[in-house]
This record gives sequence, C-alpha cells and structure tokens, in this order.
Amino acid sequence: MNPIKTFKKGGVHPEENKFSADQDFPMPKQIIVPLGQCLGAPAECIVNKGDRVLTGQLIGTAKGFVSANVHSPATGTVAKVDVVMDHSGYYKPAVFIDREEQDEWAPGILVTDELLTDIKLDGKAIIDKVKECGIVGMGGATFPTHVKMMVPEGKKAEYVIINAAECEPYLTCDYRLLLEKTQEFLIGVKIVMKGVGTDKGIIGIETNKMPAIELLDQTIKAHPDLYAGIEVQPLKTKYPQGGEKQIIKAITGREVPSGKLPIETGCVVVNVASTYAIYEAVQKNKPLIERIVTVTGKAIKKPSNFRCRFGVPADLLIEAAGGMPEDITDVINGGPMMGKSVSVTSFPTMKGTSGILLMTLHEAQDRRQTNCIRCGRCAKACPMGLQPFLLHKVAKLNDFDETEKNHIMDCIECGSCEFTCPANIPLLDYIRYGKAKTGAIIKARNQK
Amino acid sequence: MNNYTISGSPHVHSAENTRKIMYRVILALVPALLVAIYYFGWYALRLTIVTIVTCMLTEWLIQTFLIKGPITVTDGSAALTGLLLAFNVPANLPIWMAIVGSVVAIGIGKMAFGGLGKNPFNPALVGRVFMLVSFPTAMTTWPQAQPIFKSGFFADAITGPTPLGLLKESGVGSLAEAGDMQFLDMVLGNRGGAFGEVCAIALLIGAIYLLARKVIDIWTPLSILLTVFIFTGICWLVNPTHYIAPWYHLVYGGLLLGAFFMATDMVTSPMTTKGKILFGVGIGLITVVIRLWGAYPEGVSFAILIMNAFTPLINKAFKPQVFGTVKPSKK
Repeated sequence: MNPIKTFKKGGVHPEENKFSADQDFPMPKQIIVPLGQCLGAPAECIVNKGDRVLTGQLIGTAKGFVSANVHSPATGTVAKVDVVMDHSGYYKPAVFIDREEQDEWAPGILVTDELLTDIKLDGKAIIDKVKECGIVGMGGATFPTHVKMMVPEGKKAEYVIINAAECEPYLTCDYRLLLEKTQEFLIGVKIVMKGVGTDKGIIGIETNKMPAIELLDQTIKAHPDLYAGIEVQPLKTKYPQGGEKQIIKAITGREVPSGKLPIETGCVVVNVASTYAIYEAVQKNKPLIERIVTVTGKAIKKPSNFRCRFGVPADLLIEAAGGMPEDITDVINGGPMMGKSVSVTSFPTMKGTSGILLMTLHEAQDRRQTNCIRCGRCAKACPMGLQPFLLHKVAKLNDFDETEKNHIMDCIECGSCEFTCPANIPLLDYIRYGKAKTGAIIKARNQK
Repeated sequence: MNNYTISGSPHVHSAENTRKIMYRVILALVPALLVAIYYFGWYALRLTIVTIVTCMLTEWLIQTFLIKGPITVTDGSAALTGLLLAFNVPANLPIWMAIVGSVVAIGIGKMAFGGLGKNPFNPALVGRVFMLVSFPTAMTTWPQAQPIFKSGFFADAITGPTPLGLLKESGVGSLAEAGDMQFLDMVLGNRGGAFGEVCAIALLIGAIYLLARKVIDIWTPLSILLTVFIFTGICWLVNPTHYIAPWYHLVYGGLLLGAFFMATDMVTSPMTTKGKILFGVGIGLITVVIRLWGAYPEGVSFAILIMNAFTPLINKAFKPQVFGTVKPSKK
C-alpha cells in the first residue's frame, strides 16, 4: 500500500456513518425520466406521446456544449411528456414511460456480464462514445464527463485521478461499486487514460474503505500487464478529501490556480460511478441509465444500496429500505455535507442521485444560534483558505466588492465552515447568496 | 404527502457550540478556584459568587431593559467574565468594589459594544483595570495565602506584599530575605496575590484540559511564556543581582492565568496561527517591560488589553493563504 496522503489546508471530521447493505426493490409501473439530468442545459426531447421506447434508446439529445444525452431506462410506452418536480423543488420537463415487464434493449447494446478487457476504440472515439452515452459526473455535480475529458489545445493531461474518496458521510454507493465491479472499474480507468492520452492513472480512496483499497491493490497485482500504470493512493479520512481541488492537491501536491480548471495541473478527475459507466459505454455500447443509490439514515430500518434505473421515484426506494420512519424531519438528496434537502419524496432518481438520506431532528444537534465569537474555526476548517466569517458578514451587507476581493468565487461550498461553527451561524447560506450575486456581477462585467 | 424541512447544506454539524466552549473554560478554572478557597477561605468564595452573580445580572438587566433583545445570560460568557474578574483581584476586596467592577466589565466592557463577540477588549480585564485605577489601594492590598485548615474558613485576611510587589519596591535582595523565593510555594500557590493566579499547578491542569478539548490552542500562551522567559532570561544573564531568574517570572503574578485563560479569549485575540504568535509575543514584551521598568509591579492585564487593540490589525495582516493563489514551486 502507498503511504497515506491528504490535503493540508482545513478540513473537518464529520461522523462517518457508513453502514448500508445491498438490497433489491420492485420496479414501478411508471418511471419519470427528467430531461435535465446534468449541469448545463437540459436535453431536447425526441420522443412523443404513444411512442414505444426500448431500454437504452435515446430519448433526449444534448443541447449545447455543456449538456448530456438522456436515454430511456426501461422498455415501454411514452405516456406523456410533461413536467415533474425534481429534487430541486422546481418543475422540470420529463418523459413519463409506462413500463413493460421485460427489458427489450435498443439495438447495438451488448447485454452481457462478461468482462471485456480489450479496448478497441481510440482516444477520440472514446470521448465521442462517452458523449453519446450521456455520461456525467455522478458524484453529484453532474458535469458532462466528455467535456471534462476533452483536453484543451496546448494543455496535456498527465494524470487521470479517479475520485474514490467518497468523503461524504453516510454514502457508500462508490464503495459498493468498487467491491462488486472491481475489474470493470479498472478497465474503465484504462479507458479514461486512453481517452485523455496519458499512461498514469491514480485511484484516490479514503482509508475508511480498506477492503476496497486491498481488493484494488490485489487485482492490479494479479494482472500487472492489463492494469499497467494504475496506482491506488490511500487518502486520509478527512472531509472534503473528495473535493476535486483537494484530491489533486493530496495526490500530486499541485494547487489548481484560483479561477482555473483542474487541467491546469495536468489532471483529469473522474468519479467512480462515472468510470464504471464509461466502461459500460465504451465496451458494451450501453448508455447511462442506472446507478447505485444509497438510501440511508440512522432511523431507517434497512440502510441500503440499490442498483436503480433512473426515473424510479425516491419514495419507492425508501419503502424498500424499510419505509419512512415516523420522526424524519429532513430528507436529503445526496450526502449530509453537500446534499440538497427536498420537501417531498416523490422526486425521480437521476444521474446525480448518489444517496437519499433521512434525518431526524435529533441529529441536528444543538442548533441555537449565538453571536459570532470570532473563534476563527471556520477559517481553520476552510479547505480553500478563505475566511467564511468575513464572507458571511460582507455578503449580509450586500458588499459584493468585498466578497469578490476576499475570493468568494473560490468557495467550493463544502460546508466545513458551517459544520464547525460553534455559534451555529448559517455561514454557507450567506456565502452561497454572496457567490450568486458576485458571480452575476462578474459575468455582466465580462460581457461588456 | 409529507413536507420535509428545506434547509441549505450542510445538514450535519459538529457537536460544538458557544455554550460548551464557555462552560469548558469555566470548568477549567475550577481547580484554581478550589485552591483559592483552600488558601483564602470564605473571602474567595464570597467574592466569586458576587462577581458572577453581578455580571450575569448586569447582562440580564441590560438585555431586558435597554436592548430589549434576546436574553443570552445562560450562554456562560457572563459567568466566565465574572469568574475571571474575581480571579484577578485580591480576595478581601470590599464587596461593593467588586460589584462596581463587574458592572463595568459587562456594561462597558461587553454590552456597550453589542454583547458577546462584539467587544474589542477582554471584559474581565476592562473591569479589573477600571478597579485598579479607581481603587488603587484596595486593589493592591494583597491577602497572604493561609490554608483554611490552619486558620479556619472565615479567618481574617493577613495582608502582605506580592512577590512582584516586593521586587518592584526593594529589589531582588528583599525577596530572598522575605523567604519568598521558594519556587515550590510559588507553584503550589502558597503566596500572596490575586486569588485565582496563585497556584500554577491548578492553572496548568485547567490549561491542559482546554488544550486537549481544543477550546484553546497552544500558540498564544506558548509565545507569551517563551517571550517572557527569553526576555527576562537575557536581563538575568546580564545582571543577576538586579533581575530575578526567568522561571520566577513565569509563576509570579498573573502570567499563567493571563496567558492561558485571558489572552486566549477568542473574541479579542487574532484568528490565524501567525497572528496568534505575534499577539503572544507582543503581550510577553509589554508584560516584561512593565514588570521590570514600569510603575506597576504587574503588567499582564495591561499587556493583554493593549494587544487586544491590535487584534483587528493583526487579523488584517495575517489572512490565511487562499488555495491556488501561490505559484507552486516546480518539483
């Protein structure tokens, strides 16, 4: 095992709470597939009411540069193209599909469990395939992966970093995938390396997933030729180890310059689930239509990981995990540090749904707010070296010159400041507000 | 259909809060308080109760009748101010003076600036210095430690000079004559002085607890103690007949109490490590200058208050390094 690495600046240690097991669940009669499943523009619907769609068939095409295709996660008939309230709480366009019991796969998709190790496509074709199959960053940010893999002119990708830190407490979906699809995942890493044109791939994992670290190490050792150039890098269990900039810093020691993209450091960072999806896309021509979703919480009966087709409503998964406990006050789409709370549980699962977390009021600790006592813990916890107490204050005063001067746009919204604040001040809420306003001002200025 | 709470992330929080921090500091001061009661008996207990109650009452009155805002008396900060104020005065101080000092500490030192977290100066020290300049005789008439099992719980105080006072008035020789150079007595607290500062061991126990609980970090006290040690050490090496050895400076007076419990006050001290070190060095230097060449025998309170004034500037000068703003050195 390689020596454990970590990022230096800031960070916090939330309770880990990783305890989910694997479960099955019955598929619903109707699934609701949102067309906007990625950061950027939603896909344009190309099916009509009454159309019969096959599993894996393209139903929405990417619109614009930062956008991703959407495929049908099931075989059935389009009941309607309408809007649905997704996890954001807004009504968004979606395709409603009445499911047939049996999957009929779209032509060209290889439906097999066989491990395909031979990578036939070349770099350019790999990126095209990733784009065609609608693959996005499945850690939650849902940035289209093909855009990430396109190395700009004049830059060179030196490392592919696979972000397997899974630093969010509670979530275990990436961990399960690493244990169950180890070989497929490793081939996926090879494909990404070939796609961006480098022979160095590093998998960064937090040490709270030792079985996965050992399994990956053994698998690589057992097939030294096949997985040449892939390394497993254990990382200290510290939040936000899986932040893109933090994982690059931890592994390579390089800092992504303020306001620049990771490629400046010669790194392309890809999520675990996305890497597996890339394997399926490139080797089997299978588009992204399912993922592993962690449904968990301290009060829930059977915390579970589900292999789940997109469009399955969240309440169905909660039901399969033992039902909604009575004293739940908060439902989070994602992990507890960066996830978004939802008001209803009927939202459809999507490409970015890494977890559904149910929390009781009790877990919210003593949340009485006091004045800021200037302890500086937020600044100490900030992995970006910002001063959250100051940003909070100037954002509250609507002083967006000061927010910009104090690097508010560098905030990665990891929530470490608010997590650690003894005065229980909603620091990140104000910083997000300041960031939105400051971002708009900068954008308007640049357009002039 | 159930509607769940909507809130921004993060949805989990550390178990830390302001009350816990305040009550931990109070808990850390309990050993020193017990020692004080052992040496100064009823006077120490009475004074502590009076200052704590007055501080809390003052805050409550101001919040209820002047500000008409939320009542935060139970957050522990007013009680802590009261406790620290008591620790910094002679045990036999007349009660009415203690009450005046407490009202000034909370009323002017804290609430006038807007309450918890808004005050530029340590409120307990504001109260103390106010009393020192208003009631100079009472504030410098120090009772001698007399263990309660010898003289009883309600024994009248015998006043006498503090080691630093002796030193100021009559130099190193007098201290040796008075038999007041016993390092062990100093450490155990068997000496005259403000009742909270006398026992170095009790204070250190509290300090270790605070360090272990990460309520304070080591940089401010360490830099204060090191600065005092080095500075007085140099003086001692240059002229040992005129200056006492540096280790006495560490346990004399209120240095330990100030370094661990008052200079570390989060509200009035810098936030970054570098800032804390500069802050501590400043306090150390000013303390030594006042002790060796100033008009007062002891200077920790003044030193902390002076450096409190510099805290905003230090915070401005020592900001954390923003990620990605330095060119990495080529490997």
